[in-house]
Amino acid sequence: MKVLGFILQKEFRQIFRDKTILAMMFALPIIQLIILPLAANFEVKNVNVAVVDYDRSSFSQKLINKIASSGYFRIVGNTISYRDALKLIEKNDADIMLEIPQGFERNLVREGSQQLNMSVDAINGTKSAIGSGYLTAVLKDFNRSLEVNINSVNSSAMVQSSVIDITYSDWFNPRREYKYYMVPGILVLLLTLIGGFMAALNIVREKEIGTIEQINVTPMKKWQFILGKLIPFWIVGMIVFTIGLTVMYIVYGIFPKGSIPVLYLFAAVYLVALLGFGLLISTFSNSQLQAMFVAFFFMMIFMLMSGFFTSIDSMPNWARQMSNLTPVTHFITVVRLIVLKGSGLWQVRQEMYYLIGFALLLNGCAIFNYRKTS
Amino acid sequence: MKYFINWHVAPKEPQINMKQLFAFIRKEFYHVFRDKRTLLILFGLPVVQIVLFGFALSSEVKNIGISIFDNAHDNNSEQIINRIKTSSYFLLKDPVISYNEIEERFKEGSIKCAVIFPANFSNDLSHFGKAEIQIITDGSDPNTATILVNYLSAIISSYQSQLKPAQGISYQIIPQVRQLYNVEQNGSLNFIPGVIALIFMIVSTALTSVSIVKEKELGTMEILLVSPLKPIMVLIAKAVPYLVLSIINFIIILALSVYLLDVHIKGSLALIFFESIIFIITCLSLGLLISNVTNNQQTAMLISMMGMMLPTILFTGFMFPIENMPVIFQIISHIIPSSYYYIIIKAVMLKGLGFSYVWKETLILTGMAVFLLTIALKNFKIRLT
Repeated sequence: MKVLGFILQKEFRQIFRDKTILAMMFALPIIQLIILPLAANFEVKNVNVAVVDYDRSSFSQKLINKIASSGYFRIVGNTISYRDALKLIEKNDADIMLEIPQGFERNLVREGSQQLNMSVDAINGTKSAIGSGYLTAVLKDFNRSLEVNINSVNSSAMVQSSVIDITYSDWFNPRREYKYYMVPGILVLLLTLIGGFMAALNIVREKEIGTIEQINVTPMKKWQFILGKLIPFWIVGMIVFTIGLTVMYIVYGIFPKGSIPVLYLFAAVYLVALLGFGLLISTFSNSQLQAMFVAFFFMMIFMLMSGFFTSIDSMPNWARQMSNLTPVTHFITVVRLIVLKGSGLWQVRQEMYYLIGFALLLNGCAIFNYRKTS
Repeated sequence: MKYFINWHVAPKEPQINMKQLFAFIRKEFYHVFRDKRTLLILFGLPVVQIVLFGFALSSEVKNIGISIFDNAHDNNSEQIINRIKTSSYFLLKDPVISYNEIEERFKEGSIKCAVIFPANFSNDLSHFGKAEIQIITDGSDPNTATILVNYLSAIISSYQSQLKPAQGISYQIIPQVRQLYNVEQNGSLNFIPGVIALIFMIVSTALTSVSIVKEKELGTMEILLVSPLKPIMVLIAKAVPYLVLSIINFIIILALSVYLLDVHIKGSLALIFFESIIFIITCLSLGLLISNVTNNQQTAMLISMMGMMLPTILFTGFMFPIENMPVIFQIISHIIPSSYYYIIIKAVMLKGLGFSYVWKETLILTGMAVFLLTIALKNFKIRLT
């Protein structure tokens, strides 16, 4: 225990000595936590529509007005030639081109149906998919209002049709605000980046400078060394996590719905696992550059597979397995569940088992892989 | 007279210079190739990114856990449930028997959506011509919630129209959606330009940023400075290996996207290469600049990895649409080189447009490259402090 105390003392001195790195460790995540959610917004609005109106009738005019007033769309051009509209799409000024064919109004009144062409710039996947979905919904709505109009004119026999009314409600986030989803995820990512990189660079730095020799000749046990490296960063991580939660509350008004001790319990176990991973990389690497790149490589895979950007459910089976084998996935899931839905420990016990497993495995490997002889 | 005496010496000088330059470039290549692990990561990174983005990640929503709270247990509700079950978007979990159980499941995270049928569903539908279905979604992920409501509404309304086929033709506008530039709906097109830009930032900027500062840290900078090579030659020698690596990486990405992900490259390959080389030079200059102004590897890495990587991901518009961001961020996106490259590569590679469409962006990018290179050169200190 005494040995451990000494190495802790040494590590803390080293951490507090380098003021720039210390400032970066705390300032970077806070600044990014404030900035990122503002930028990281998947919400789709301001879809630019170029209209090619060959019909120029009152109906087509009504339709265009309806689209413009729906709030999602911006009419960037109302042309009468396909080429002009295509040019707008090529220049990235428009995302969707809507062609209203000639005889639109006539066909609609006489035959009751009319096709419309919608050309979508499919290179911006999400935007085009959601944009065309919105547009279809607007058209459907337009249909309905049309029906009522025409039916009321020749209101001979409007049959009462049977209707299934769909009511829907969004739980946990009734106003569908994106920040509730993003901010907890970003907090986890930042914690992961800082903790992972700092731990990965730590032991290898001693190797590069040469001070590892001095440690190797002491009677210190391997597990004491790894533990001594782990605890200071664990404390730093917990502080960063606390600051992050505070920023989340002050800036974004998100207060965890679930119990805070449970949240901290998860953070504590997760940090042990994460730092163990960083230290493992550090024991493998020969230079700081190498450690940084190896850490970056894995962090990137972890982040992409964590369900932060895309839903895990829609991944193919092999990818879902892989995603299960990354610690970040479980922590992001749990933080979202606890912060947004107020889940209790019993409901998320499975994630806890996973995290404990990772913590034991990764630290075990780090201790095993650290050689006192070079 | 002087010229006369030295005339046979004078032409030789540039030759020696070239030889020296090549010797330096060779030295830099040794540095790069010695570190096998970093090299492996460098080439592994694009491969892994392409595979993950291409096969694992999709913005599609499917296999979503759904539970049904059926109070009716009649014909109509069963039929609708069957339709939901057969749809590939949903994964039907065990039915729930109480309202509280729905909340429980949401909290476990096992479902994202629940459908509630009221008692007497069929009865209401046939006798009163009106029945209600309630959909509850997990709003903590708003986009998915929106998409789920749309899916379910579509399923229910298609069931409804099948229920009453003789309702008479109502007025309808049938939208026909055409996917421009991407008829086969290949999702890969969305991310490949972004992956290319990101890889260039990593390989060109991050690695280069370490290269000079490493010599400072290890003390070998002294030797470089006493050599007869001019500063610009030192910078060129530093940059060439990473230029080569970047181009190899670029070829790997292109080959993978064409052969593995079936992406059609629509524009001219020569133009794509030309634009890419301009962008690589911009990235290299940025890396050299960072390397010249920092004093140790950790700072250089923090600036180039944390400081440069995030803006690249955020402000080029390949993850998040720039139009939705606050104005200040939109302005920032205009001073980031990768956002211009992203526009160019999308236009040329995926839309097949020619140089006349991207000359403005090319000009800006070239200007940035020249500007950054000049500053890097100005900041190259020929004295150690």
